Amino acid sequence: MSLNVEHRDHRTLPTTRPIRLLDNAGHAAPTPDTGGFGMPDSDLLVELYRRMAIARRFDRQVTALTKQGRLATYPSALGQEACEIGATTALDEDDWLFPTYRDSMALLTRGVAPAAVLTSFRGEWHNGFDQHTHRTSVQATPLATQALHAVGFAHAARLKGERTVTLAFMGDGATSEGDAHEAFNFAAVWHTPTVFVVQNNQFAISTPVAKQTRAATLADKAVGYGMPGFHVDGNDVAAMYAVTRAAVERARAGGGPTLIEGLTYRIEPHTNSDDPTRYRRAREVEHWARRDPIERLEKYLVSEGVLTEQDRAQISATAEALATETREAVSEHAQLDPLALFDHVYTEPRASLLEQRAALAAELAADAELARAGDATRVASR
Amino acid sequence: MSRTHVTATPDVAPGEASDHSLTMAGALNRALRDALADDDRVVVFGEDVGALGGVFRVTDGLEAEFGSTRVWDAPLAESGIVGTAVGMAMNGLRPVVEMQFDAFAYPAFEQVVSHVAKMHNRTQGRVRLPMVIRIPCAGAIGGVEHHSDSSEAYWAATPGLTVVMPSHPADAYSMLREAIASDDPVIFMEPKSRYWSKAALALPVHTAPMQRASVVREGTDVTLIAYGPTVRTALEAADAGAEEGLSVEVIDLRSLSPFDDETVSASVRKTSRAAIIHEAAQFGGYGAEVAARVTERNFHWLAAPILRVTGFDVPYPPPMLEEFHLPTADRVLAALATWEWDAE
Repeated sequence: MSLNVEHRDHRTLPTTRPIRLLDNAGHAAPTPDTGGFGMPDSDLLVELYRRMAIARRFDRQVTALTKQGRLATYPSALGQEACEIGATTALDEDDWLFPTYRDSMALLTRGVAPAAVLTSFRGEWHNGFDQHTHRTSVQATPLATQALHAVGFAHAARLKGERTVTLAFMGDGATSEGDAHEAFNFAAVWHTPTVFVVQNNQFAISTPVAKQTRAATLADKAVGYGMPGFHVDGNDVAAMYAVTRAAVERARAGGGPTLIEGLTYRIEPHTNSDDPTRYRRAREVEHWARRDPIERLEKYLVSEGVLTEQDRAQISATAEALATETREAVSEHAQLDPLALFDHVYTEPRASLLEQRAALAAELAADAELARAGDATRVASR
Repeated sequence: MSRTHVTATPDVAPGEASDHSLTMAGALNRALRDALADDDRVVVFGEDVGALGGVFRVTDGLEAEFGSTRVWDAPLAESGIVGTAVGMAMNGLRPVVEMQFDAFAYPAFEQVVSHVAKMHNRTQGRVRLPMVIRIPCAGAIGGVEHHSDSSEAYWAATPGLTVVMPSHPADAYSMLREAIASDDPVIFMEPKSRYWSKAALALPVHTAPMQRASVVREGTDVTLIAYGPTVRTALEAADAGAEEGLSVEVIDLRSLSPFDDETVSASVRKTSRAAIIHEAAQFGGYGAEVAARVTERNFHWLAAPILRVTGFDVPYPPPMLEEFHLPTADRVLAALATWEWDAE
């Protein structure tokens, strides 16, 4: 696989027809479509299927909980499972992922527990998991900013003689940001082991990708930076995995960065507060819903005889257990300590913050005293 | 990579006197050199910092001495420089990056405010960003537009940042070493007009801790609060005031965030009068914070309102007009003369 990437002329534009290993009917794609990438083995495909199915169940559960008012917000990635899971699975455990706010499925794939994934969307804190344990940076909200962190992290790894590869996700809208350009350019100039995966879900909130760029594909942009670019069917997890894995191997071998565009579709609204009926037609959503990444792989695996009813039952049970865990995590009363606001602004305590902390502590103590007095009054008046 | 403490004493080159005169730019250069020599995690990059040695020569000779894996020229993109430094700091390095001029740091504003300042807090202490962003700042060098801004209030208003500004070569060396050794991100502002000021220094020099203000001239009648380029202005005003029988105390803040309430309050309670001097515009400037917090804490010791002697509320002027904009000793004394002094 890596040979194919290695020999690609960086001055050649990517094909406008997306690289695909599985067609929408679940058949192995014909050779011209595969870009020379080989089909992952069946054990890996089953694992990808398992991860996608679990991630979707999680996503649906969280959307439901958000509609019930249990979360402040949730940006769903429903329909983008092939990008989320295919690209993330292509990383080795020691590699680092730099995700965006929409990449909760990728966090799950990196082993982050549901409660920790949802810490920020619930509004408890801005991040709920340990970056070093999961080799996963914080979910970035400012667009494309995390791509520069991925480049710097990878460059530091090279300077230290470590073999870490970094992968930065971003969306189609983010490619218009200056930081995307700077990240692509710095990565190429410094030859860092970085893989950029653009999930082109075709909308930046309401703005269609046609209003973001005049380029034929977002992968075309790679050429100008002097790195290879791949335009991939982002609803084909086999292709997303194979192309990303080749880029990861190439980066680890010292071959430098790669830009991968996964062409997919955001089935759900941008977040729960969005109204997509104002900017796209139901027919279009239905069209893409019929190109579902999980169904496509399922058809293939069933036809190949490698996904049994028993497998599916097991996967379904695991997904349901995770959904239950997710519901329970969100129904628990959040344990908040207002004084923790001051704990991590700096690594060392700062006098002015300690003063403000003391002021808040006094307020809280006074409130508690009032509450106790109120209780006592109510008891006395009985 | 080996890790050594930054407090190790650097060797004095053979034949080099241990006591010699250094400019502020030279002291900063020596601080970078010693930090690079003492700690393999330190890397220096930015625009033209390699072969050229930086437009102010602060990184002169460093790439040649330490190689281009420790000191190198970055592509010309400030957000990229700061953003990649964030990633490097996350991965165990201690990057020191240069923004070529104050106004050219603005493209990095989002990275600084949204990530550099917030990462440690956002991750509840799991991710530290030990990085230094050096910003040559302020005016009085005859610079054309965008080369003389005083941007300190933007950074100082951002929780999570430490913002310091030395005013003389000894502090420049000592504070930069301390900033590089800090586990928190530091905005290190270097007043350009002081780059060529000289002092006899025996290196390594350790001055007061970076986060503390210094009383650089003792007096009893009034406290002048200054930082960076205006410390010299305040000292000139103190000299001129002395000739008129006015005993002026001068404080060099050194650190803008945190603010050293203890040192400033002690001085103000002694003198009962204070003025803050800075080049930046007055409205919403750093002096507004100083006046407010010093008044809040010391109102009953004050005999007069705290004054601000600052640049005008105009975009930084062209070189031929900057002398009318910048605070001078005369303007400081004229401001002090507006107080009612007879009541005492």
